[in-house]
This record gives sequence, structure tokens and C-alpha cells, in this order.
Amino acid sequence: MTAPAQAAQVGELPATTAAVARDRTRRRRLPAAGTTLLALLALWLLARLLLGGRWTLPLAAADLTPLQLRLNDLNDWVSGHRNTSPLFLYFFNEIRLAVDTVGTAFTQVLSRTDVGLGIPEIGWLGTTVLVTALAYAVGNVRVAVLTLAVFCCFVLQGLWADAMDTFALVLASVLFALAIGLPLGIWSGTSRRVHRILTPVLDFMQILPSFAYLAPLVLIFLIGPASAIIATVVFAAPPVIRLTAHGLQQVPAVTREAADSLGVTGWQRLRTVLLPMARRTVVIGINQTFMAALSMVTIASLIGAPGLGLTVAQALQSLDVGTAFNAGVAIVLMAIAFDRVATAAGERTETALRSGRSRRRARRIAVAAALLVAVLAVYLSRTYLWAAEPPTGWPDLGRLLTDVGDTVSGWLQAHLSTVTGGLKDAVTYGVLNPLEALLTGSPFWVTGIVVTVVAWLAGRWRTALTAVLCLAAIVWLGVWQDAMATLAATLLATVAVVVLGVVVGVWMGRSRMADRIIRPVLDAAQTMPAFVYLVPFLALFDASRFTAIVAAVVYAAPAAIKIVADGIAQVPAATVEAATAFGSTRWQVVTRVQLPMSARSLALATNQGLIYALSMVVIGGMVGAGALGYDVVAGLSQDQLFGKGLAAGLTLVALGIVLDRITQAAAGRSGRRPGAARPRARSTAPALPAAGG
Amino acid sequence: MHPRTRAGRRRIAALLPLVALLAAAGCGGATVNAGGSSSSSSTAATVGGSTGAGAATGSSTAAGAATAGTTPGTATASGTAAGSGGSAAASPTASTGSGGAGSASMLPVTGSCAPFALAMNDWVGYTADAAVLTYVAEKNLNCKVNQKALKEEIAWQGFSSGQVDVILENWGHADLVAKYIDQQKVAEDAGPTGNLGQIGWYVPPWLAKKYPDITDYKNLNKYADMFKTSESGGQGQLLDGDPSFVTNDEALVKNLKLNYKVVYAGSEAALIQAFRNAEQNKTPVIGYFYSPQWFLSEVPLVKVALPPYTDGCDSDPATIACDYPDYTLNKIISKRFADSGSAAVNLVRNFRWTNADQDLVARYITADKMSPEDAAAKWVQANPDKVAAWLGK
Repeated sequence: MTAPAQAAQVGELPATTAAVARDRTRRRRLPAAGTTLLALLALWLLARLLLGGRWTLPLAAADLTPLQLRLNDLNDWVSGHRNTSPLFLYFFNEIRLAVDTVGTAFTQVLSRTDVGLGIPEIGWLGTTVLVTALAYAVGNVRVAVLTLAVFCCFVLQGLWADAMDTFALVLASVLFALAIGLPLGIWSGTSRRVHRILTPVLDFMQILPSFAYLAPLVLIFLIGPASAIIATVVFAAPPVIRLTAHGLQQVPAVTREAADSLGVTGWQRLRTVLLPMARRTVVIGINQTFMAALSMVTIASLIGAPGLGLTVAQALQSLDVGTAFNAGVAIVLMAIAFDRVATAAGERTETALRSGRSRRRARRIAVAAALLVAVLAVYLSRTYLWAAEPPTGWPDLGRLLTDVGDTVSGWLQAHLSTVTGGLKDAVTYGVLNPLEALLTGSPFWVTGIVVTVVAWLAGRWRTALTAVLCLAAIVWLGVWQDAMATLAATLLATVAVVVLGVVVGVWMGRSRMADRIIRPVLDAAQTMPAFVYLVPFLALFDASRFTAIVAAVVYAAPAAIKIVADGIAQVPAATVEAATAFGSTRWQVVTRVQLPMSARSLALATNQGLIYALSMVVIGGMVGAGALGYDVVAGLSQDQLFGKGLAAGLTLVALGIVLDRITQAAAGRSGRRPGAARPRARSTAPALPAAGG
Repeated sequence: MHPRTRAGRRRIAALLPLVALLAAAGCGGATVNAGGSSSSSSTAATVGGSTGAGAATGSSTAAGAATAGTTPGTATASGTAAGSGGSAAASPTASTGSGGAGSASMLPVTGSCAPFALAMNDWVGYTADAAVLTYVAEKNLNCKVNQKALKEEIAWQGFSSGQVDVILENWGHADLVAKYIDQQKVAEDAGPTGNLGQIGWYVPPWLAKKYPDITDYKNLNKYADMFKTSESGGQGQLLDGDPSFVTNDEALVKNLKLNYKVVYAGSEAALIQAFRNAEQNKTPVIGYFYSPQWFLSEVPLVKVALPPYTDGCDSDPATIACDYPDYTLNKIISKRFADSGSAAVNLVRNFRWTNADQDLVARYITADKMSPEDAAAKWVQANPDKVAAWLGK
């Protein structure tokens, strides 16, 4: 889970002089913007005081606006037209057939067949050796060993069958996501216009919670692999599209021109210059797509997809933290294995070019041998039952992990719940309630003006126009007050994320050791399904908005921390040494040199923190956050609230776009180097939101 | 779906000839029996007559509520002419819901069993029902049961797309009944499960013990201060919001003039954890809950009395000021399945047990951490007479 930000950082080490110059301009501008913001806040508070409680556009939990009632009919419309409309007969049904076929094929190969004992085409031994050999072929020995260990771990955990169900689903989804995403990414990376059209579409795909459209989706594509895969692809394809496009846009203009001067055609330029140079970023994109697909497994379990996600979701029914934890660990392991293999693959393509011919030949022979062993293992697993089914006599790691999960969660509940209650109350009464009162109690048009002015400050007319349009959409969708309550919690979560990002990120950026220890923890926090830790959190903080905020921070902080850490690590060592030589203290080095020089990373971390926190709104709705999150959750659960859930989901998209564009513009501002107009690339959009697991 | 399926199926395969033999014998008996007991009901088709607990009476209609079709609105007489004995199984219309679960007349379970899709809604009580039914269907009828984990709404959708055959525990859902049973006519009521669903406001036992009068809504305002939390804005907190359940609580609070604010916990897990915390740390909490629910066997929550429910008192959502009605939890099966003639159809219709039964199996799953399959096996072995009754023996 190399931070998406790395991509943004590639190839733009800030030169010291540029940074200093930027620092100077920043300082001159800041006070002006700062005063405006303060004045704005004062006016806002005044308006809240004078006009409080009027034009707040409330809507009771069980009420629906006429628009939402009309959205309610969407399901009926779909089921009414499913067997008659040509759109369904010749388009959706064909898609469903194709996706179903591929999904079923993956399941039959890896996890189960319908005949006889239900043994898959490739049994346990075959799968394990095959993935290990493939990991070696595309990566190196280290990641091959890791892969082997992870697949053996599934057996030790007693989760082999579930893990294979999940693996099959995720592989099929990633296959489709790449088949769609890579070409679109390339197109978007080479055409400005396509990029501009595609960006809001991708925003939609990623921010609209799948809970909001699961019901009609399943009506169209029916219960089965097709729906699960399509829901996953909608969410998982955007990262690879965005990062592929970004990688291509990042190729320096000089390089392009050099290639052009040699008289290459467009296709040649793409194949020989652009794609090789963008390869690392593309690999990060593929990686993020895999992670995103993996984070959808708990949602897929709501529409009949078997696997680890279902185990987690079922364990939540009986508040069985241990079992959920065990399955969650399996998901994390799968994510880490894929991440390391993909990263190694990305790096190998670079080193392979540099290594000598004899080494390349030796490796080729080793790879061939490994694949031969894999073929043998596949044969064995198709012939003998002992090779087809996972071994049974192995030690029971699953029991151990389950006990660990139960013990830790039990201990937390027994010993911490008294302290944590106080913390919750302090934050809620001290910060959250006033902030929420300001946002939900102000007339909608006052808040709207404030947001628009902030947008104008960040990005002038264009951003301001986006803000106006999105705010109007929120009013139209009818859940303004809920949106403001959600906004308050999201803003607070983002502040916590940024603080954590700076503190831990600086620490990691300055110490290789810290980085090595913390990074796997961050990976785990990002991929562990939220369902696993919701129960202990609920025990500590009750069902409350604060619990939702904590869950959002756990999920969003890792991304921000990684971005800041990478930013700090990329400050040239020479600069730091120079500052130290001049007698700066460590504090001074951090605050005067390293942080200012990674200002762009900080802004990016804020942006990502916001977007990731927003993607946890639905989960928050399940632990007491109410507002939009609850609207969406209830919309999936109650037919008559479907329209409201969809409206709430669309509102989240509007909110996300406003917040994203404002922070992007601010990031662009703080990162803009004088004189060097960089293409405005939007690489680091939410690459990994969990959306619900 | 589960690790179960594969191993289980192999065992079944080994037992197949034996089971088939037994089933054939059992069915034959049932068929004869059914033929012998002509019904007094006005339905044209014969009514299944073999009785459960040895009450060898032919008048199945009087026997009780266990037969399918007790609930109004059921499509009746779905003549499933099982090829073997020529006896048609039907849902008697005349039987009334007298509520007695003792000697129940059961429909004959005959013929072979085609694979069917059983929706698995996401609560433990449902899992208990489904596990036991699946166990019996697979063991005794040699059926293949495809369990599909689905949210309720999506499971109902499955009736219209032909992908779901059975929902085992339905809580009311008048809107879905109207849409799929009355309008689209793709599903039908397969009778009650015997479980009675109750929704209401509950407090943890320690609170009810300490403040005995708290279980009457009239005294709630007295305690409102105690229930204040960071979420309730100065009023007492009424914790609500399992998103799957319809709630009238905002209207109730308003119409009963209670100084409370409804706070939406957002999931069953959040509600359970709130009550668990409260009982453990002796903190006050009041909230929306329901039975049957496995958690009640861990912490026996105490129900708060609201103004009693009377017919129609909840017809206008804005003016509701009465308790929730009791729900007769029932089974829903797809029309296609009902007409299929599969032996499993009447097994599903016959399936009926008590809240205590369900709680027990749910407890095996949650407290004893047994797999649903093992829990089902344990219960089935301990209750052979009930199972025999479902099988029409």
C-alpha cells in the first residue's frame, strides 16, 4: 500500500531554491488569506447567532422529500423493465452473462465446483505452488517466500476455503477493472478532454457508497457473481485509471519532445516512451485497485458472495470479535502479499533492464524451473485428494488468533471503557457539538456563502463555481441538515488525521527504523475490515458520533501518514545537513526546513484524509453517527427509505467533490513553484476507501 | 457458502442409499395416511393428515395453527401433485390461528427433492432457523440447499428474479408483502414459524431492579436526566436504529410527550454492545430492541410498557402513541418453488418451533461458538419428535 502520494512525488523533488522562494511567497500571502478566513468565521458566527434555527432545512429520519419518493420508484422501474426493455435484454443481460461466466470460471478453478466433492480445478497444493512460482516470476525470491507463507497461513487459520472464495472474486474483479481501467487510463493520460470528462465520473464511482445503489444493481445483474464483481469493479477501477493517467502526464515534456523529434508515431511514443516511464505509477495504480477490490469483500457478502467477507459479517452478528479478527487477518495478509509482489514486480522491470545478460539468463532458467514445479503441483492437486484439499493436521493458528482477538477486545472493554468515556465526552462537548451546531443551525444560504468564499480563496472562480453547484445539489437532494452534521464529523476527523499524519509522518520520514516498524501497521489498519474493530470501539465509546470519528481516523490516518512520511523523506539530505551545520536544533530542522519543504505533501495528506474520512461515513452510520451514514444504511435495509438512501449517497458525492476541489486547489497553491506551471494532475484521489467493510 | 458444505455433502453421499430408502418408506406412509384422512375443509385438494405428537385424528383443520396458510392473504391450494402417491398437498384455508403449538397437523412430505435456494438474512435467530431446516432437508430428504447470504430486501427481490425460493423468518414487511405477494404474485406465505416477534423499548435488568417503576412509560420523564448522553443534546437518549427495523419512536416520543431524543445507533451490533456495556458497568441506557434475539439469553433485558397496541392505532405514522404490534414471524416461499412439487415445500410449510427452541440454537451458535451445522445437529438429535412432525410422520 505504497501511498498513492508517492506517485505524485515521483519526479518532482523540490529544489531547495524553489522551496525557499515558495516559502517566501507563502508567507506573504498567508496573512491575507488568514484574515479573510477569520473575518468570514466571525461573520458566520454572527449570522448563526442572529438567524440561528431558521432555514436549516431539517428532515426527520422517517420523512422523505418528493424527490426522494420519486427515487424510491427506481427499483420498481428496473424490475418492471427487466424482461421487456431492450436495454436489459441486449445490454445488461449480456454483460451479466459475460461477467458471470468469468466469475464462475475463477471460482471453479480456485475454490469450488458444483460436481462431486466440489473440489476446485486446481486444489490446495496446486494453487499454493502456482502463486508462489508466479510471485517469483514477476518479483523475486523474497516475495515468493512471503506469498508461500501467506497461503500456508490461510490453512493454519482454518480459512482456506473462504480465502479462496475471496481470492477468486478479487482476481476476477481486478481482471475486469484492469481490462477497463488501463485503456481508459491511457486515453485519459493522453487526452486532456477525456481526462476532464472522466474525473467527475471517477469521483462518482468512488465516493457514492455502494450501499446506496446495491438494491437496483442486484435487480439488474441478479444475485450472483456478476453483481458482486460489478459492484467491486465500480469501486476498484478508478485508482488504476487515475494513476495510469497521472503516470503518463508526469512524463516530462522534454522527453516527449525528444521522442517526437525522432519522428515516432503516437502509438510508438506511447509504447516505447510514455508507458515505460510511467510504469511505476501504473503499478501503484494496479496495487491500489487490488486493495480497493479487497476492501469490498464485506459488502459483496451482503449480496450472496461467499468468502472471508461473509465470515467477518457473520461474526459481527454475534459480536464475535475473535472470529472476525481471524478472518480480518487473512484479508490483511492477502493484501500485504499482493502489495509486496506488485511492488517487487514494478521494481524488477527497472532492475531487469540494467542487469547483465548472464544474470538474466540464469534467472530465466530459475523461473522456468519454478513454473515447471508449479505445473507438477497442479497435476498432483488434480489427481490426488491429499493435494487437492488443504492438509488438516497442521497447528491451529486460527484458534490462537481468535483467542488473541477476544482477549485484546475483552481487556480493552474491561480496563479502558471508563477513561475513554471521558475522552468522548470532552471531545464531543468541547468541539464536535459547537461545530455541528454552527453547521446545522446556520441558515443554509449562510453556510453556502461561507463555503463558496472559502472555495474562491482556494481556487478562485472555477472552484467557487463547483462549490455553488454541489451545494445547490445538496439542497435539492433534500438532506441538507444531515449533510452538515456529517460534514462536522468529517472535518473533525480530518483535523485528527492531519495531526496524526504530521506527528507520525515526520517521525517515519526522519527515521528509517520507525518507517520499517510502522508501515506494516499502517497497511493493516488500511486493509483490516472496519467490521472487525467496530465492536471494541463501540464498547469503548458507545454508539456515538465520536466512535464514528475514531473509526474514520483509524482508516484515514495511514494514508495521510504515508504521504507525509514520503514527503519528509524526499527533502534532500544535503538541505537538512546544511541546516544542522548552521546550528539549527532538531525542532527547528523539522519546523523550518522539513515541514515547509513538504508543504505539498501536507496539503495532499489533508486532501486524502478528507476523502478517506468521507468514505467511512457509511460505517460511521452503523456505529451511531446518524446523519448521511445512517440514511444510506437504512436505505439499503428498508424498501421505503431506498430513495432517501440514494439521495444521501449522492449528497456524499457532492460533499466529497466540494471538499476535494477545495483542498486540491489549496494543495496546488501551496505546492506551485514560481514560474513552473505544472499540469494540474489529479492523481491521488481516494485510492483505497473501504466503503463499508 | 461455508466450510461445511463440502464435508457435509460427502457424508450425505455415503448415506444416500440408506436415506433414500428411509425417505421412501416414510413418504409412503404419509401418503397413505393423507389419503385416509379426508378433510372437512372446503378446499378441493386433500389435506395432509398425519399428526405430530401422536394425536391420531383425521380432522387436521381443527388441530391448530401449524398448517400453512393461516395468515390472510395466502395463496391457497397450490396443488402440488406429488407424482408418487397422487396425493395433493394443499394449504387448508379453514384452519385458524388458535396459537396452540402442541399437536399440530402437518402436511405430508412426499416425493423427491429438487435443489432450492434458501436466503440467509443476517441475524443469528434466522441462522438458527436456516441451519436446522437445512440440516433436516439435507439429512432426511436428501435435498441440496443453496444457502445465499442476502440482505432482506435483496432476498425478496430474489423471488421475482427466480433466484430465491425460501425466506425462513419474515418480520412483517407489509410493503414487501404487497409488492411481491399481492402485486407481482411471485411469492406466497408459507405459514408462521411459531416464533412470536416483539418490538419495544427495553432497559438492562439492573436498571429495572433498581428503579422498578422505570418499566412504565409514564415514569420515563422522571428519569430523562439519567439517560442523557453526549449525543442526546440535553434530553434523555432513546437508543434506536437497527436499520433493518421500522421504528415509530420519533413519533412515540413526541406523542407521549417524553423528554427524550431518538439517537440512531445504526446497527444491531451497536445496540447489543450498548446494552452489554450498560449491564456490565451498571450505566443507564434505554433503547429499541426485539425478541426473539440471542442476546436476551445473555442479558435478559426488561421491556418497558407502552400504551397497549390496539388494531389500527398505528395506521397514521404521525399520531402513533401505542406499542408495537406482535409479529407472527412467517415463512415466505417463491411461487415457483411452491408449485414445484418438491418434498422440501411441505417441509418448509411444516417447519414450526418455539421461541425457546430458536433461542437455544442461537445460544449454541453465539455463546458456545458452535458452527450453525453442529448447533442444528445437536438440536435435531434432542428433538426427534418435532423433526418427525415436520417430515409429516
